[in-house]
Amino acid sequence: METLEFRFDSKPGVRPDHPALCGVVGSGNLEILVKPGDQPGCCQVHIKTSARGFGTTWRAVIGDFAASHPAGGTAIAINDMGATPAVVSLRLAQALAEYQGGAR
Amino acid sequence: MSLSLTNRHSWFEATARARINGLLDAGSFSEILPPAASQPSPHLAQLDLPGAFDDGVVIGYGRLEKKPIFVAAQEGQFMGGAVGEIHGAKIVGLLRRAVEEKPAAVLFLIDSGGVRLHEANAGLIAISEIMRAVLDARAAGVPVIALVGGSCGAFGGMGIVAKLCSAIIISEEGRLALSGPEVIETVAGVEEFDAKDRALVWRVTGGKHRYLMGDCAMLVDDDLAAFRSGATEFLAGWAEPAPSLASLRARQQVLKNRLAAYATYRDGLQVWAALGVAEPESVPLLDRDSLVALKEGLPT
Amino acid sequence: MNAHPPNGVWDSLRQSRTRRLERAASLGFGKEIPVDRIIDLLEAVIQPGDRVCLEGNNQKQADFLAESLADCSPERINHLSLVQSVLALPSHVDLFERGLANRLDFSFSGPQGARLAKLVQEQRIEIGAIHTYLELFGRYFMDLTPNVALIAAQAADAEGNLYLGPNTEDTPVIVEATAFKGGIVIAQVNERLEKLPRVDVPADWVDFTVLAPKPNYIEPLFTRDPAQITEVQVLMAMMAIKGIYAEYGVTRLNHGIGFDTAAIELLLPTYAADLGLKGKICTHWALNPHPTLIPAIEAGFVESVHCFGSEVGMDAYISARSDVFFTGADGSMRSNRAFSQTAGLYACDMFIGSTLQMDLAGNSSTATLGRITGFGGAPNMGSDPHGRRHASPAWLKAGREAYGANAIRGRKLVVQMVETFREHMAPVFVEELDAWQLQKMMGAELPPIMIYGDDVSHIVTEEGIANLLLCRTPEEREQAIRGVAGFTPVGLARDKAMVENLRDRGIIRRAEDLGIDPRMATRDLLAARSVKDLVRWSGGLYAPPSRFRNW
Repeated sequence: METLEFRFDSKPGVRPDHPALCGVVGSGNLEILVKPGDQPGCCQVHIKTSARGFGTTWRAVIGDFAASHPAGGTAIAINDMGATPAVVSLRLAQALAEYQGGAR
Repeated sequence: MSLSLTNRHSWFEATARARINGLLDAGSFSEILPPAASQPSPHLAQLDLPGAFDDGVVIGYGRLEKKPIFVAAQEGQFMGGAVGEIHGAKIVGLLRRAVEEKPAAVLFLIDSGGVRLHEANAGLIAISEIMRAVLDARAAGVPVIALVGGSCGAFGGMGIVAKLCSAIIISEEGRLALSGPEVIETVAGVEEFDAKDRALVWRVTGGKHRYLMGDCAMLVDDDLAAFRSGATEFLAGWAEPAPSLASLRARQQVLKNRLAAYATYRDGLQVWAALGVAEPESVPLLDRDSLVALKEGLPT
Repeated sequence: MNAHPPNGVWDSLRQSRTRRLERAASLGFGKEIPVDRIIDLLEAVIQPGDRVCLEGNNQKQADFLAESLADCSPERINHLSLVQSVLALPSHVDLFERGLANRLDFSFSGPQGARLAKLVQEQRIEIGAIHTYLELFGRYFMDLTPNVALIAAQAADAEGNLYLGPNTEDTPVIVEATAFKGGIVIAQVNERLEKLPRVDVPADWVDFTVLAPKPNYIEPLFTRDPAQITEVQVLMAMMAIKGIYAEYGVTRLNHGIGFDTAAIELLLPTYAADLGLKGKICTHWALNPHPTLIPAIEAGFVESVHCFGSEVGMDAYISARSDVFFTGADGSMRSNRAFSQTAGLYACDMFIGSTLQMDLAGNSSTATLGRITGFGGAPNMGSDPHGRRHASPAWLKAGREAYGANAIRGRKLVVQMVETFREHMAPVFVEELDAWQLQKMMGAELPPIMIYGDDVSHIVTEEGIANLLLCRTPEEREQAIRGVAGFTPVGLARDKAMVENLRDRGIIRRAEDLGIDPRMATRDLLAARSVKDLVRWSGGLYAPPSRFRNW
């Protein structure tokens, strides 16, 4: 298991009271918990992943997410069991939307 | 017919949280120890494995057709729904709280292969505590209903737990047994049991077979709405009996007779024939309503 | 083989055929061969150096004849050149390991790819070439005509007429080439009947039949369990439907088999119907009878399907849908790989399929190190035919995109749909395909490329659609590919400014640009989510093989 920490600047969005959880820690899948963070213009991400050696890829995926979504002021915790970047990106978008109460 | 298929929501496919959403009254669910308030298993972390915030089980309370309900839902996609220390403690805590607060029922959404071997004794103890807690809740007059229909079924220690519940509601996709098919094949050889013969596995452990044998009180379609209406209907007609030695002994005798009658059988087909089913081979192909009608027409 | 001898003999093939048949007759053989004497028959009529077509198709295999041939004596039969569509069975490879055959021309060898690679490395096999099916069939009538064909049929009557059944596949092509150039045709059959449901091969073209000990092997290659389709595949399917099928009005098409295309098939009655596309797309298919197409057929999307072969469990459904499928007067399906491949080449406006690797020119390949597998029909389906003349809206629109407003010809849509990473985080998009290394290892003339970049019109990944037709320079093409290559090293090395420019010009379109919310991409959109759902859609007519059932 590898533990990774990232912080990216990100536009702040709606700040609800309740956290949001998305996904399941199954093979090729991941769960994402989005909570209020302590810095409004920053997205903090803490990752525990079963796959080792993909720090650069995670940095690129999270960086892209932070740049293109209003994720500022969030603390995101991830438990990952080998999801591909495609699944990670999808799940991040789902989790943030759920957190901000967006309609599906 | 065709379009209604796209409106179905498969229980088998759904996550634990989606099952709770489909089961309880809309918006009524409140989670106890939500993911934000808990930590993954330290045992798994020691083994260098990522855990899950809820350790693979969601517990809380809500309403079913306005009746107050406690619910525990196992997540089969996480570690095969297997029971670890935190997972087990959440379930036991919920059941003990049920003794105090006496909801109309505890709905136990089982989707598990049994003990989480990674946690060794902690997992074993957790399951034995669950068994005790289920019996305590029932003794306090709170029905504990098992809902079985996920990909892991109810196996191992959780198979035993399912049978300790007041009743089991099961779908055709669900399975109920003790040893898993692969384990039987590994230990006793493929002639004894071919785990790859999925049709055989379901004829021996699947929902239709368990329902015909009387191990499960109700058979429902693989659909969130079907489990909801099944649970509602069952609870409306159920009064939790006080534990009694006489009823346990009677049940034991029934099981002894059954064991004597079916000891040499190797396939559900033989059991169904013995139960009086005219065309046993047709059972796997029957839809749910037809099978229920068939069972109701069998000699008792 | 050899030039005609100077002594003026012009019927040497006929004479050779007569001698072979006489040898068989002298051993007491009539047209019907007892199963326990098959090896004697094969050793009597096959000669060293023969070119043999052993019916190894995609679905259907003449497995009994293959095993029997592999059991023949290498002293009596050797130096055979094998020509066949698919090298699927272990016995096919045994022929080389036991020294009966030493040369191979084929199209696909999926299950035996690793063994084949090993034989090449050990120099125990000479591969003539890897072909696409239609190309190989063409050569049966030019320079690869078989001397002997070992085929599989469903039934024979007393005269020796053959009924091929739904899995007709390659048999007509094989028999035509062999029977009409003095060759010997031997058929294994599943049963002998007094009267055949229909005559597919006349007795005149058949020399010997043998009743196989068990029915010939058929592999369910085209069944995909909807339970395994992922959300990412649903997202890509939505983009393909909205961004390509709807955009070009694709009515005539072929799907390369895979979970990605199965997702598209299952989205037709739901997502595509909601977009008002019924009757506007996906009406005519060159396609095997994919069970995942059942919902679209039942929902009224599909007018016609012509099949390369059949699919286990689909025969009853096909017979009951004779308006859609090609069926004989007897009611059972008639498939034909040669004609389906021809339809796929000239009469389809789009091919869409997946791949394992793609480079910056758009060349794509499923060839990987350590395996020699070939590509089956994909190179044919995935190519733009310059011989086409008839117009269709999709073809004309693609042509204008590629060649400008004054285009004098159209373009077939050739779409590669793929997630940017495969299992074990192996990137699909690479700077150089494994195909070049494989070429060296094989000692081949060319790298094994499945679809050439200049035939590819679109690439669909989870990151969006790249329209290569609109690219005007190799740099634009490269950046268009990098721009949908996600977080692979190739994708991360993109020129961000150029990619943004390509997006502004509509050459790259993301899901949002297509008006698709990725969060809507859930499995709930699939018309069927399990094999059982497919059975229900078919009204119980579809009978899935046991590996897909739990009942």
